[in-house]
Amino acid sequence: MSQPALTGSTQSAVPAQSDAGRGMSDLAIRNWFIIPTIVFLIVFNIFPLLYSLGYSFTDYRASMNDPVRFVGLQNYRELLEDEYVWANFVLTAKYVIMSVAGQVVVGFGAALLLNRSIPAKGVLTTLLMLPMMMCMAVVGLFWQLLYNPSWGIVNYVFFTEGKVWLSDPDVALLAIAITDIWMWAPFVMLLSLAGLSAIPPSLYEAAAIDRASRWFVFRHITLPLVAPLLLIAVIFRTMEAFKTFDIAFVMASMDETELVAIKLYKMAFQEWQTGRSCALAYIVLLAVLAITNVYVKYLNRLKAR
Amino acid sequence: MLKALSRIVAAAALLGLAQVAAAQGQLTILWAQWDPANYLQELVKDYEKQTGTKVVVETTPWPDFQNKAFKEFTAKGSAYDMVVGDSQWLGAGSTGGHYVELTEFFKKNKVAEVMAPATVAGYAEYPGKSGKYWAIPLEGDATGFSYRKDWFEDPKEKAAFKAKYGYELDVPKTWKELGDIAEFFHRPKEKRYGISVYTDNSYDALAMGIENVIFSYGGDLGDYATYKVGGIINSKENIEALKFYKRLYGYTPPDWGKTFFQEANQGITEGLVAMSMNFFAFFPALANPTTNKYAKVTGYFASPKGPTGKQFAALGGQGISVVSYSKNKEQSMKFLEWFIREDVQKKWADLGGYTCNAAILKSDAFRKATPYNEAFYQSMFMVKDFWAVPEYAELLTAANKRWHSFVVGGKGTADEAANGLAKDWEATFKKYGRAK
Repeated sequence: MSQPALTGSTQSAVPAQSDAGRGMSDLAIRNWFIIPTIVFLIVFNIFPLLYSLGYSFTDYRASMNDPVRFVGLQNYRELLEDEYVWANFVLTAKYVIMSVAGQVVVGFGAALLLNRSIPAKGVLTTLLMLPMMMCMAVVGLFWQLLYNPSWGIVNYVFFTEGKVWLSDPDVALLAIAITDIWMWAPFVMLLSLAGLSAIPPSLYEAAAIDRASRWFVFRHITLPLVAPLLLIAVIFRTMEAFKTFDIAFVMASMDETELVAIKLYKMAFQEWQTGRSCALAYIVLLAVLAITNVYVKYLNRLKAR
Repeated sequence: MLKALSRIVAAAALLGLAQVAAAQGQLTILWAQWDPANYLQELVKDYEKQTGTKVVVETTPWPDFQNKAFKEFTAKGSAYDMVVGDSQWLGAGSTGGHYVELTEFFKKNKVAEVMAPATVAGYAEYPGKSGKYWAIPLEGDATGFSYRKDWFEDPKEKAAFKAKYGYELDVPKTWKELGDIAEFFHRPKEKRYGISVYTDNSYDALAMGIENVIFSYGGDLGDYATYKVGGIINSKENIEALKFYKRLYGYTPPDWGKTFFQEANQGITEGLVAMSMNFFAFFPALANPTTNKYAKVTGYFASPKGPTGKQFAALGGQGISVVSYSKNKEQSMKFLEWFIREDVQKKWADLGGYTCNAAILKSDAFRKATPYNEAFYQSMFMVKDFWAVPEYAELLTAANKRWHSFVVGGKGTADEAANGLAKDWEATFKKYGRAK
């Protein structure tokens, strides 16, 4: 009794499927997937990007209803001649170097430790990744408390009683970089760990048979094989560090902590120099692209080896 | 699929129509998120009872306030019918076409005669002395001080102070006395500090704190009519004031380099400082025993006099303006007519709002209503403000950069900071064609 019923239902299902297949060709299905994404990208990315490029050649101020005047390259020229803007870029470069170098050292070091067989490795890895799951502004506020000279734990741990961190022009940037390292070293650790676990154990076994030293193994096996993934981590972190805003804005307001993203924010949304800030945004974009390009070329060279 | 789409479009259109209809029966006011906005929301319930028009006070956190308001202006949005804007916004609000001119309203309702003169000049008139008005003074405010009465009145402290400085320890009458008292109570080993002053340079906190001293020292920010700043912003008086502010910063608790109203109150509520500079609008929290365990021993005083007897306070507070893009401009005007009525102003003051109505301010009932009202009353007749030109934010950024570097960062000298700022401001005014 059940056999005919099953056959009947199969028979009725087949024509329905073929109807649907006839209704939409492969090309149509592809378009349904691709076109919304392309439209989204054009409307929300490409169009604003081009629109702001246009504004960067004008004296437009979004807070005023004045007619917009074309000023050519004046905004770019003035920005590149502005000593304050250069100071912001130099400061940002220092911050990127401190922050990314710290993240690589701490993150890669943690990955090397976690690559061994240790108890509760999974729990430890999860715990170490918690900082990067937190909101950046919250991390900034949280570390502001840790740096408090009177009762913050940082001074207690380092035996630096009463040391002022965030209002001292000499150490404020370092203090922010340490916070960024704490937050993002786990990201470097994660990618490094992926690279380390992909190294075939046979290579280490061969090195052990040849009685290679630990340094030799690290220098000629571990590092070269992890390098591509490590470099990807560095590319991502450099781009992000270059754009750092939240942590630095929340933690300190020193002249010595005014990164280029903060300068851009002030210019665009406090001073409402819209045209000029668009030009600065393009200069930042070009700088990030240039740095990324160098990294990518180096990455390709590494892969080619 | 077409049917489904058309249903969605129809539903969205109906929703839009419903929202427009709802918006026409209500007025929306944008203000910052703080206690006075809650008092205003309480006050406007009376307006709804009397007229049937609902008034909503929409608030946004202080750091986002200016940004949110100007984004709405830029989009020519009608989400807000009125905005309680900072005094510095007057230039951008008026010349940018975002505010409705209220000069006729002022004349018809004699607003300039009813409100305290300094509040009319500070919150409503632009350009200065032009007779053109763009806002109704709503929330008066100025910088003042809170202090620990129990520390000041302690006989041992009084004796030690007199022995050291040669005069009685009391509420300071001059900035010099204030400096001495801050120095006297500054005892880092006891985790007790002299004073809290504004140092945050992300908006106007530091500038308000420093101009407070500059004005009383006989200095100024520039010539508001000609936009001349050279020789004024870097005058001898201003340089002395700047040095004095740096001296005060030396008596603040550690890491006090990014402080505004929250930290200023925290200095008192945590028993850290002897005196704390803050806007009066934040004093209610200090008088409340649930938020300040030292409420009973906290006193208040107005900004003291400078070396030549001049006495000023930095203007805070805001006026209420009608947004040009509002669809309810007439209703908004009717609301303003209601708001300036003396009985409404009286209720506004009773609720905790700082009225700008001169008669109410001068009344004994107002001056004795809270422990800080007397000091507020004194301050509102000696207030002076920062530039209100459309490019005020650029002037503020430059001032923050120069002054913060010197006061908090300890870089360079007061002369260098003042001369550098004069150069920056001259360049800004030149860029906008104001100065030759």
